[in-house]
Amino acid sequence: MARHTPTPPRYARHPSPSKGERKGAKPATGISSPPSNGGEVVCEANRSGGRISYAVPLPSRARDSRVTLGILALAFIAILIGGALVGLLAAGAGDLSGAVSAFDPYLMRVARFTLWQAALSTLLSVLPALFVARALSRHPRFFGRTLILQLFAVPLALPALVAALGVLALYGRAGYFAGVLSSATGNDWPGIYGLSGILVAHVFFNLPLATRLFLEALQAVPTDQWRLASQLGMGPGAIFRLIEGPALRQALPGISGLVFMLCITSFTIVLTLGGGPAASTLEVAIYQALRFDFDPARAVALTALQIALTAVVVTLLARLGADMTGESSLSVAPRRYTTPSVAGTAFDAALILIALAFVAGPMLATVAAGLQADLGRLVGEASVQKAALTSIVLAFVSAVLAAVLSLALAMARRALALSRRDRRRPFLEFLTDTGAGFVLVVPPIVIGAGWFLALRHLGSVFGAAPVMVAAVNAVMAMPFAIRAVRPAYDAASERHERLAAQLGIAGWNRFRLIDWPVLRRPLATAFAFAMALSLGDLGVIALFGSDSMQTLPYLLLARMGSYRTADAAGLALILGLVCLFLVFAADRLGKERTA
Amino acid sequence: MSANGHRGAAVQLDNVAFSYGEATFRFDAAFPAGAITAVMGPSGSGKSTLLNLVAGFEVPQSGRVLIDGVDVSDASPAARPVSMVFQENNLFSHLSVERNVGLGRSPSLKLTEDDRAAISAALDRTGLAGKEKRLPRELSGGERQRVALARVLVRDRPVLLLDEPFASLGPALRADMLELVAALHGEKGMTVLFVTHQPQDAERIADHVVFLEDGAIAATGLARDFFAGTGPEAFQRYIGRQDGRSRDVARKPT
Repeated sequence: MARHTPTPPRYARHPSPSKGERKGAKPATGISSPPSNGGEVVCEANRSGGRISYAVPLPSRARDSRVTLGILALAFIAILIGGALVGLLAAGAGDLSGAVSAFDPYLMRVARFTLWQAALSTLLSVLPALFVARALSRHPRFFGRTLILQLFAVPLALPALVAALGVLALYGRAGYFAGVLSSATGNDWPGIYGLSGILVAHVFFNLPLATRLFLEALQAVPTDQWRLASQLGMGPGAIFRLIEGPALRQALPGISGLVFMLCITSFTIVLTLGGGPAASTLEVAIYQALRFDFDPARAVALTALQIALTAVVVTLLARLGADMTGESSLSVAPRRYTTPSVAGTAFDAALILIALAFVAGPMLATVAAGLQADLGRLVGEASVQKAALTSIVLAFVSAVLAAVLSLALAMARRALALSRRDRRRPFLEFLTDTGAGFVLVVPPIVIGAGWFLALRHLGSVFGAAPVMVAAVNAVMAMPFAIRAVRPAYDAASERHERLAAQLGIAGWNRFRLIDWPVLRRPLATAFAFAMALSLGDLGVIALFGSDSMQTLPYLLLARMGSYRTADAAGLALILGLVCLFLVFAADRLGKERTA
Repeated sequence: MSANGHRGAAVQLDNVAFSYGEATFRFDAAFPAGAITAVMGPSGSGKSTLLNLVAGFEVPQSGRVLIDGVDVSDASPAARPVSMVFQENNLFSHLSVERNVGLGRSPSLKLTEDDRAAISAALDRTGLAGKEKRLPRELSGGERQRVALARVLVRDRPVLLLDEPFASLGPALRADMLELVAALHGEKGMTVLFVTHQPQDAERIADHVVFLEDGAIAATGLARDFFAGTGPEAFQRYIGRQDGRSRDVARKPT
């Protein structure tokens, strides 16, 4: 029988003219650079039967193509952020005295308010969350518990603009509670604006988030500890002191840091609920400096301050070991072996109900107000249709980009981790790993402001709008997308790496045959999540939007500004539902993967 | 010469040094061409590391890996004349049996008629005819390892590395698989390095034994000497026999 070999085996020897003798063992290191003779190394060997030369191709000792992809992804991110910084520096250098003199009392007041509202928001979110989480963990089984926890995941999925409208629909001057609040205070209810509005909206977002994170910390306590507590007859006080307290205390710095970070970079809420210069944060002041006052020097000063502020906070966060992307998936609640007293149960129930009312209120108000709008007319409006189309196209592009970026970084990180043999992590691996999360230090408004200043010299700022919106949102969604993609890729690589190396499956073949089938679902998760994030965003578009270039959130803001409140409420309902759908689809896709 | 055109190739580790974290390894050994060598030793003694060095999954810090007299220390795993079967994860779980075997012929799965014929013959030979379209999860543990062996057949390389591939199978199934390996070896004559914890397995098919201890080769010799009880003392201790008698016998109350 003839052998069925279409091509000669790659290791086949072929005689070649004798080359210079190479004696002794050549030290071989992990990533030795391949010789430059066209990818082939000529090895020589002395054998008893004479000298024979072999040609051995070296595909994978050369740089892994996955690392190249990762470098490209990092380059894209670097250009986006670096370009913004260059724009800021150039604008600052062009008007140095202006930028310096922009550090005036007004700017200091804005900075102080930024920190103050973030600190208050954190306190008001985290403190109650501690007790709500404890209440939920003390009762691992009751009717509606799962529903409550799912409801607590909703604010995370809602665009800030929609939440702000929900808060206004409830507590605003013409809100559902205005009548009650007027008679309670004895005055005409002025509506919730300024600091109180910002705080309510921030707590609406972060109380449920912190609750879920604390609950996760409590549920991570080993079941045996609960068994032990019950066996030793510990009362609720002892349990809190010895078990719950330490678990919560450990999670507290990370969670507070995360919430503080979210509040310090909050833009949309402050823009819509701040209601004036008295309650303005740095981000909103940047926006106003560029869009209304057109004062580049001030914008530069504000941006520099904002970057310094977030950098400090993020450094502290990293020290605390916080996860800036905030996990929201909950494990199964472990059984508790102690039964709380009747009074304790009543207290817990009251806590949970109050938190539930607080979180559900704005959501219900959004739905109610949205349904009062003339949805049929809205949907038929040409400007709404155009904005919706723009939003969908930009969010789609942005989500694809986020998925590709996260995949490239996950692949590069894995390839680099595999090729290293000591514990010390090279800088490139650090960049593809934790480094990617640091894009969150540079808020979208800051990137947008930098490019806005750079582009104004190069022609139309508004012409660049689609590129800016898609690119910035993609990079902002990337750390979250990585969360979905990286574990799946690492697990698949764990199983397939040696096999693929042995069979010579690399590059495109590897992606097509090996990685894509495994990564389809996590990539879809990353895509849906990034799309939701991008759809609801009102950061970059606030700077770059114009009459000819409107997304749904931008249109919504415009309708709010022209007091067409019903229209705004209707649009908010539509936008909120679409984003919710996407986030829950992302969640479903992610869960079925592990099932 | 066997029907496939080439017999096994000699494998030599020439003063190979390697370290991983705290553990350091130093191997200096020659494995004769066309023979089956059992690689044995306690956990952590470096059995799998030795195979990984030959396969190219690990690169020596110094020294050379020679296959058929050629220094392959710098060659990628795919470029070496070597096939390896692992204890698990030998198959891509989302690809059918046929495609898993086909990857041994073409890493892009672009298969010619000849390739298809070879794949089908290999599946026949390993007793998998009729199961071409199945996914790995629809196969038993033994069948999955048969697929891996079918791929070894279509790859047709002169060195075969077996890293405890049958460790998770029951005794009867393991015996079947060893028989299959022995039969394939009879037909192809490839050099086989076989890591195993089971003395019976080594005794059944191996010609030679290489015994490792603490990251270095402690003893080598003919399998029949090792198992006749005249092997080195360290080996006797490892398999639990002293003076040629099993410890079980010695422990029996009299």
